[in-house]
Amino acid sequence: MAANVLSPSNSSAAPNTAASTSRRWLKWLPSLLYLSAAVLMILSTALPYWAMVLQAPQYPGGLKMRVFVNYITGDEDPKMDEVREIDGLNHYIGMKSLYDAARLERSIAIPGVILMIALLAVAAFWQRRWTWLLTVPALLFPFIYLADLAFWMNHYGQNLDPYAPLSSSIQPFTPPILGEGVIGQFKTVASVESGWYLIVLGSALIALGGVLRFSRRGARSSD
Amino acid sequence: MIKHWFSLKSLVMGAAIAALIFGVVAPKVITNAQDGSTDWQSIMAQRGLTEADLRAAVMTYTPSGVMDEYVMFASAGQGGQVLAIGMPSMRLLRLISVFTPESWQGYGYGAGNEILDQGNIDGKEIRWGDTHHPALSETNGEYDGQWLFIGDKANGRVAVIDLRDFETKQIVHNPAFLNDHGGTFVTPNTEYIVEGGQYGLPLGGDYAPIENYKDAYSGMITFWKFDRETGRIDMSKSFAMELPPYWQDLCDSGKSVSEGWVFCNSFNAEMATGGIEKGNPPFEAGVSRGAVDYLHMINLKAAEAVFQAGGAVDVKGFKVIPLEKSIEAGLLYLAPEPRSPHGADVTPKGDFIVIGGKLDPHVTIYSFAKMMAAIAAGPTEKDAFGVPVLSLESVMETQVELGLGPLHTVFDDQGYAYTSLFLDSAVARWSIGAEGYRPQDGWKLINKTPVQYNVGHLAAAEGDTATPDGRFLVALNKWSVDRFLSTGPLLPQNLQLIDISQPGDKTQILYDLPITGAEPHYAQIIKADKLKAWEVYPEVGWNPATQTVDPRAVTQGTEGITRDGKNVTVRMTAVRSHMTPEHVEIQVGDHVTWTITNVERARDATHGFAIPFYNINLSIEPGESITFEFEATHAGVFSFYCTEFCSALHLEMMGYMMVKPE
Repeated sequence: MAANVLSPSNSSAAPNTAASTSRRWLKWLPSLLYLSAAVLMILSTALPYWAMVLQAPQYPGGLKMRVFVNYITGDEDPKMDEVREIDGLNHYIGMKSLYDAARLERSIAIPGVILMIALLAVAAFWQRRWTWLLTVPALLFPFIYLADLAFWMNHYGQNLDPYAPLSSSIQPFTPPILGEGVIGQFKTVASVESGWYLIVLGSALIALGGVLRFSRRGARSSD
Repeated sequence: MIKHWFSLKSLVMGAAIAALIFGVVAPKVITNAQDGSTDWQSIMAQRGLTEADLRAAVMTYTPSGVMDEYVMFASAGQGGQVLAIGMPSMRLLRLISVFTPESWQGYGYGAGNEILDQGNIDGKEIRWGDTHHPALSETNGEYDGQWLFIGDKANGRVAVIDLRDFETKQIVHNPAFLNDHGGTFVTPNTEYIVEGGQYGLPLGGDYAPIENYKDAYSGMITFWKFDRETGRIDMSKSFAMELPPYWQDLCDSGKSVSEGWVFCNSFNAEMATGGIEKGNPPFEAGVSRGAVDYLHMINLKAAEAVFQAGGAVDVKGFKVIPLEKSIEAGLLYLAPEPRSPHGADVTPKGDFIVIGGKLDPHVTIYSFAKMMAAIAAGPTEKDAFGVPVLSLESVMETQVELGLGPLHTVFDDQGYAYTSLFLDSAVARWSIGAEGYRPQDGWKLINKTPVQYNVGHLAAAEGDTATPDGRFLVALNKWSVDRFLSTGPLLPQNLQLIDISQPGDKTQILYDLPITGAEPHYAQIIKADKLKAWEVYPEVGWNPATQTVDPRAVTQGTEGITRDGKNVTVRMTAVRSHMTPEHVEIQVGDHVTWTITNVERARDATHGFAIPFYNINLSIEPGESITFEFEATHAGVFSFYCTEFCSALHLEMMGYMMVKPE
């Protein structure tokens, strides 16, 4: 009576064409969600995950740094390299160049994304009980990304050159990865950006797909 | 009776009166009594300002961070520079060095020498100029905000300024002549930059005794061909016309119907040669003796064809169309004008030419259509050189009596013209009575606005284009006398901003701007949004002289000092707050070629660079790369440093140049 599980009103023993279609569709819905998450992940690589705006009186428009999954850049206007500008300012407080941050992570980011997408595809088409494990990297990716970002922010803020010109007035600090902070005359505003929202949406889809697959499996096994 | 006192009606009335007293009258009395010093009315009273003053303040006050609507480019006279002034705030925005070295911009102190050297004449180094008439480049008779040209009256030179970075790019000189005045004026699409000569001279810098003035001296007008692609004047396509030695004065290019023609007034048709010490009439009397001088009408289109057909002769390497050729080809016509006038100003539609009387109280208005008809009819008279002369009656539209000393005329959007009255120290507003202007008013004087004092030129917002903006007029007054606090016997000029936005006799002086450093002679006012200046140079390593990336530019990490015999090359970068390298070790006898690239991209992150004793100071703007050379003549230790306060560690931005003795 598996056909009737999700159509309780149907008490007939005769096979119902509509119910059969919806059942087939439901069988593939989790796969569709996984693949959607994979598409979102691909799209996210073209978008910034995180950004920080530094505001100070002498920079009326602020200095914006955007972090993509595999590179760091300035704002949308190509006229000026804001990261280099920020690096230039950071040398007063003895902070290392931002271009040197998370080099390993950035170098493996694109292969990593491809791998996660491949795993999602396998999980989508190979419907075995254990294959949900293949979706875990993509599921956790947004949070691993933020954790790694927090690690680097802390590493940079805490490892200032003690002989830097402004070392006496700027003590080591941990810049907040979200919300506002203050460094010298700069106010910083950090926020997650569109790319990160896409992968979070992907995680939600993966989670929903997992729940659906397990609930369906659970329903079938209890049948 | 008592009952009446307590009636309800009385109570209501009483309450109303009480409310009026406590609610309206009392607070006013109290406020006034408190002497509210923050209140604008009391400030007005304290400073003795009138309501008209307040109106002027409100029309000009521009809060911090708010941009001006217009930019006025004013020549800086014998300072050899150009000033850019924001309007209506009248804030000085920029000084542009042109013919004169200037150390803030490093112009002539390590940078810009190759441009200054273009202005040398016959190998003689000339290091100043008398900038007179700036001209913005035009497209279809409208300012396009791309280029600015300026003439040097003293030495007969013309400079090109690029309005992307407000810097001088080129200086040219017509070797056939050594002074100018009627320049610069552009044709409606900037095909040519017109430079009219002034005082008669023997051509080509030759010698000729003054007694031979009529035969051996000439006048001159030069047409510089501008190439927008290269942003430079093309000498090979430029040419000049020899004119009678009548002291041509101010010129203007025709527009619309009169496009292709150029008009210049002159003021020495008498060909007076002065010599007061010999008992001759001095120039001031001699040149004003005759009743008339000559308006020159030059057919530039036809002159260009004559030049291209090889009709010009070579004078010191420059192509000049001889006067006989101009007469033969019908390139030049004359018309009488009131004695010793000033200005030949073309109306916005190109249909009239206005000549200021200077010594005559009228402006004389010539009709271009009548000129063409008179030329077609065939002139009946000729001057002493055989140049055809059109009769005044045949070309004059009308005359308007304005007052004493009419000099220069500009235009607005309401059909009014404005003429400076030097002797009256006033600006006359008069109506152009022709169709398309103010036919309802006819040709007549409307009002005179007193100005302080001795007004020379005028500038109205886009006032010499095909479509003037109106609104604002600036009187460039030669004398300020009592307008400002005394700073000794040398006084500033006074540029006065005048509101001309309202019709009729309502004009008001809004602001006095003292200009020190030189005499702003003439100005043009452009809508600010037409200017598209760079915020920083487009790429790091930029050479402003070529407007491209300089192959010698230095990138970070590639700095260094190399030696090839006695030739030392220093390759340096500058960034907040250090120069790399900081130790430059050379020897007496070395020839040093030193490149500094400012690798900054932040707006306003300019670095200066000075080497004491060696007379070097540069301004290296973000992205700019400068290469300069010098001979290491003196041993010692020289502390070079950044001269533009750039950062918190600006004082530390220095280094040592150590020159070892031989």
